[in-house]
Amino acid sequence: MLRVENISKTFNPGTITEKSALNDVSLHLLPGDFVTVIGGNGAGKSTLMNSIAGTFIVDTGKIIIDGNDITKWPEHKRAKFIGRVFQDPMMGTAAGMMIEENLAIASRRGKALSFRWSAPKSERENFRVLLKSLNLGLEDRLESKVGLLSGGQRQALTLLMATMANPKLLLLDEHTAALDPKTAEKVLAITDNIISSRKLTTLMITHNMRDALRFGNRLIMMYNGKIIVDVNGDAKKNLEVQDLLEMFEKASGNEIDSDRMLLN
Amino acid sequence: MDLIIPTISQGLLWSVMSIGVYLTFRVLDIADLTVEGSFPLGGAVAAALLTAGYNPITAILIACVAGMLSGVVTGFLHTKLKIPALLAGILSMIALYSVNLRIMGKANLSLLQLDTIFTIFPIPLDNQMMVLLVGFVIVLVVGIINYWFFGTEIGAAIRATGFNQHMIRANGVNTNTTIILGLLMSNGLVAVSGALVAQSNGFADVGMGVGTIVIGLASVIIGEVLFGTKSFRNCLISVVLGSIVYRIVIAIVLQIGMPPNDLKLFTAVLVTLALSMPLFKAKLNDKRRRMAR
Repeated sequence: MLRVENISKTFNPGTITEKSALNDVSLHLLPGDFVTVIGGNGAGKSTLMNSIAGTFIVDTGKIIIDGNDITKWPEHKRAKFIGRVFQDPMMGTAAGMMIEENLAIASRRGKALSFRWSAPKSERENFRVLLKSLNLGLEDRLESKVGLLSGGQRQALTLLMATMANPKLLLLDEHTAALDPKTAEKVLAITDNIISSRKLTTLMITHNMRDALRFGNRLIMMYNGKIIVDVNGDAKKNLEVQDLLEMFEKASGNEIDSDRMLLN
Repeated sequence: MDLIIPTISQGLLWSVMSIGVYLTFRVLDIADLTVEGSFPLGGAVAAALLTAGYNPITAILIACVAGMLSGVVTGFLHTKLKIPALLAGILSMIALYSVNLRIMGKANLSLLQLDTIFTIFPIPLDNQMMVLLVGFVIVLVVGIINYWFFGTEIGAAIRATGFNQHMIRANGVNTNTTIILGLLMSNGLVAVSGALVAQSNGFADVGMGVGTIVIGLASVIIGEVLFGTKSFRNCLISVVLGSIVYRIVIAIVLQIGMPPNDLKLFTAVLVTLALSMPLFKAKLNDKRRRMAR
């Protein structure tokens, strides 16, 4: 479904702040793969995700989704295949527009826009059913502005928006990191529910090792712009946090340097 | 009292410009200074065409297209050449000064002996009432077109661009296109307003755009404060009413005896106060909270 071949990215090349963020990374996702991504700060997790989403164009290598070489495509064109939820709950929705209007925009992702009415009444029932599945009471608030929702509600709504037009690939960039633990747990449960019921091919960055182990069928660990650990299927099921730490030390020749990773 | 009708009429004619400023300043979240050039552009194009014997309606429509083009230029400078929006608008505004002089051939074109949009209809009303009627009809048409357009898929994408560019790009929309479309709509309206004001004044002048942006902002902010911002339709109505209230305020201060030369200073102070309101409000709330403790 997703084929990332030998991509590299260096930020600010030739300057004093030069930073090699991705170093010859390759990754191949099968349809339905749910991959969790862990790694310390600056390991390249977000850079990997942003290079797939098209926030910038990679220096070398190829990115192929479902047979389409999207390496040089601009961000908005890739959105046809990719659903995204950001870390910042503010980033995935338009705060000043109604829930209904946000959903209407998301339902047309990847389609050419026209002069048809953007949020026709005929779609309301469908939106209500979708919102009801979140179990947050949003189904009765179609005309509320999204800015009035809590961070957790906004992330759940963004998740719904990212998945409603059937993306070939779902990208979750620490989408629960800005939420309180209880809300984060709830959004993760919704996430897992949507992904498993629809068999969505997914990349999920998390800084929480237990979440990385609990969810998905495959786990990759990044360090210094490279993928240093890649475990799949049963091997992943039997892993524990301690194993991950040992694998990290062995693969990187280093102790875990991120307190944030350890504390979680 | 005899000033009431012309004051409201002026408010209506200028409100078309204020809606244009609303589209950039609030909907797109860009302070677009192109309006200082596209407003006289509308006046210049309409005046030149009327002088050449064209029908006033044709003249206004072509003025609208000219304004749209100026918006596209600013949009191109901003999105494709990555020039900051404020600077892109200033560049267009300065360039349009020369363009407007070229269109008119001189700094001022009189329309006194010519037919205008306010004289061509065979309706038995005096001149004052005619301006009011035509102004009202045009504002109604402009309002309906905007309400419809910004409710369509494309219009919703433009509104979303103003709120959150990340979100709308992640949903597959090219924000360069939506920004250019928004600037096109805005400056088209501003030019229509310029064409109307020139015809109502009886002349077009290359300097008639000075302060347009500030008048537009004043109308937008007065409208929002007095008449609300609940929905897009509410906002459109607020801007039109705000424009009329602005004209009434100006008429009153002139009646009281303020020299007309001080008008721009007065408007600038008014807008400064309105724009800094949120800050003062926050400070006041802060103080109250501390007092309560």
